[in-house]
Amino acid sequence: MTLMRDDDVTASAAAVETPAEVVSRGRLVLRRFRRRRLALAGLVVIVLLYVLAFLAPAFVPWNYDDLDYEAFLSAPSPTHWFGTNKIGQDVFAQVMRGLQKSLTIGLLVGVISTSVSAVVGATAGYLGGVANRVLMWVTDLLLVLPSFLIIAIASPWFKGANWLVFVALLAAFNWMITARIVRGMTLSLREREFVLAAKFMGQPTWRIITKHILPNMASLLIVDATINVGVAVLTETSLSFFGFGVQPPDVSLGTLIAAGTGSATTYPWLFLAPAGFLILFVLAVNLVGDGLRDAVDPSSGGGR
Amino acid sequence: MVGYLARRLVGYVVLCLVATFLAFTLAAATFNPIGLLRQRQPPPPEATIQAKFHELRLDQPIPQRFLTWLTGALHGDFGNTWQGQPITDELWRRAGVSLRLFLLGTVVGILIGVLLGVLSAVRQYKPSDHVITIASFVILSTPVFVLGTLLKYGALEVNDLTNSDYLKYTNESTPGFEGSWLASLGDRLRYLVVPTITIALWQIGFYSRYQRSAMLDVLGSDFLRTARAKGLTRRRALVKHGLRTALIPMATLFGFGFGLLITGGVFTERIFSWHGMGEWLVQGISSQDTNVVATVTLFIAVMVLVSGLLSDVLYAALDPRIRVRS
Repeated sequence: MTLMRDDDVTASAAAVETPAEVVSRGRLVLRRFRRRRLALAGLVVIVLLYVLAFLAPAFVPWNYDDLDYEAFLSAPSPTHWFGTNKIGQDVFAQVMRGLQKSLTIGLLVGVISTSVSAVVGATAGYLGGVANRVLMWVTDLLLVLPSFLIIAIASPWFKGANWLVFVALLAAFNWMITARIVRGMTLSLREREFVLAAKFMGQPTWRIITKHILPNMASLLIVDATINVGVAVLTETSLSFFGFGVQPPDVSLGTLIAAGTGSATTYPWLFLAPAGFLILFVLAVNLVGDGLRDAVDPSSGGGR
Repeated sequence: MVGYLARRLVGYVVLCLVATFLAFTLAAATFNPIGLLRQRQPPPPEATIQAKFHELRLDQPIPQRFLTWLTGALHGDFGNTWQGQPITDELWRRAGVSLRLFLLGTVVGILIGVLLGVLSAVRQYKPSDHVITIASFVILSTPVFVLGTLLKYGALEVNDLTNSDYLKYTNESTPGFEGSWLASLGDRLRYLVVPTITIALWQIGFYSRYQRSAMLDVLGSDFLRTARAKGLTRRRALVKHGLRTALIPMATLFGFGFGLLITGGVFTERIFSWHGMGEWLVQGISSQDTNVVATVTLFIAVMVLVSGLLSDVLYAALDPRIRVRS
């Protein structure tokens, strides 16, 4: 019941209009989201891109590192849908491979960094005192340090290593702002009756945080995770663009764009193909994030 | 007011020093200039390597090396690159190049961003609002290195169409340009146009989104209705009561946005071959130079500090509650 507290009013208002129907919060959010055409379109694009990135390579005769010695820098054609680069690699296969890498990294970083911000923010807010001060100081410090710089300096460490190290680094520098917001919300939540009740019933702290505090900001966290996916993809491609991210022979959209930048006027497919997919994906994620934010916001009006 | 700013200042300075120390430590622990030296062909004699090893004080613990560097930096000497060039002269030239770009881009970005945000909020759900919203979404979804490249080739097209070379897009000034002070300023301005648009466009998208929602929050408020009821014109009520209130949350954002801008600046400098701080940072990391990295970090931290302080001042100027409380 407490979960729906903010929306009791709107939900019951809706119920008055159509008495036969009691609208739960989940359905309400879903309905509001469905009304936002752009956000829906964004969701469809995201799903399609994931499907394309992971299924399309199976239907293309070229592997991303295959060389076609009969086609160097050839324009898009039925054999090579997005043309080839100067050593004869198929650009479509490469873009799909890069898309796979970027989308996977984006999804992982989004989920991990939102989880970290939830845990850090809620812990700092709920415990208060020394824990609060230490955690918030670390948060401020990481906000001042330019993450781009730190990951770039640390890049020699993961030159030969697994790309998951890169994911961990990206996530480590992406949680601070949300952690501050979560902390602020926790400060007000921890005085609420249901949290106090749980505390006096003897629930351990971690249980209060995970069962009573965090579910109350589920909507914020979902929106945040969505937006973080977009941010993570942008950071990943930016670092890869400078050679500080995904390392060759593997490719990401960033390394592909970097390779195509120099010849964007002479051989535009080398630049436009990866850049187009990157913009399309990030735009879709941002539209979905914006739509979700409006849909979960109780003050955004429209009971249904 | 003074006490409030002084407290913020102390906090910022401590954060600056810690950030620089961490960057220095991380760089010193990761970089291996001696390894680079050994890879040279033909290999330098062992004595040279040993001399370099001592010159770079690689035998000392990292905190001690940091202290040596910091003492020098506080006296205006930022040390040498490991190849032996002094950093300090380079620093001022590059800082000038970067600041020129950042300041102009920021001012243009904030002004136009706030203006568009207000426009879009006041005419909510009108065509102009939809256009501004979609355009800012597209810009915010485009990484700077794609946006910059597209603008660069856009400028090339414009030059081709007008059959001129008015829009310059590589370097920050014509090499070997001779002329009066005014002519040289004009020359530099021509080089500024396209990179400034790159930096400003992104900020316009960023600020207009936030300004729109801040303004929408204010538009429905009672005090704005009261102002209108007392007989203020719509424009006056919107600007003096609406915009001023809506700018308060934005003030914090301006400081934060400047930090984001610096990363964007790294790409802009790279794409337009400006020899600024951002390019230097990337060079410093590639050539594994601890002093360069520490210097650039300190510069960035000080920039973030100054913009943070400025936004605090702006915040206090806009919001009387802050001034009264302290």
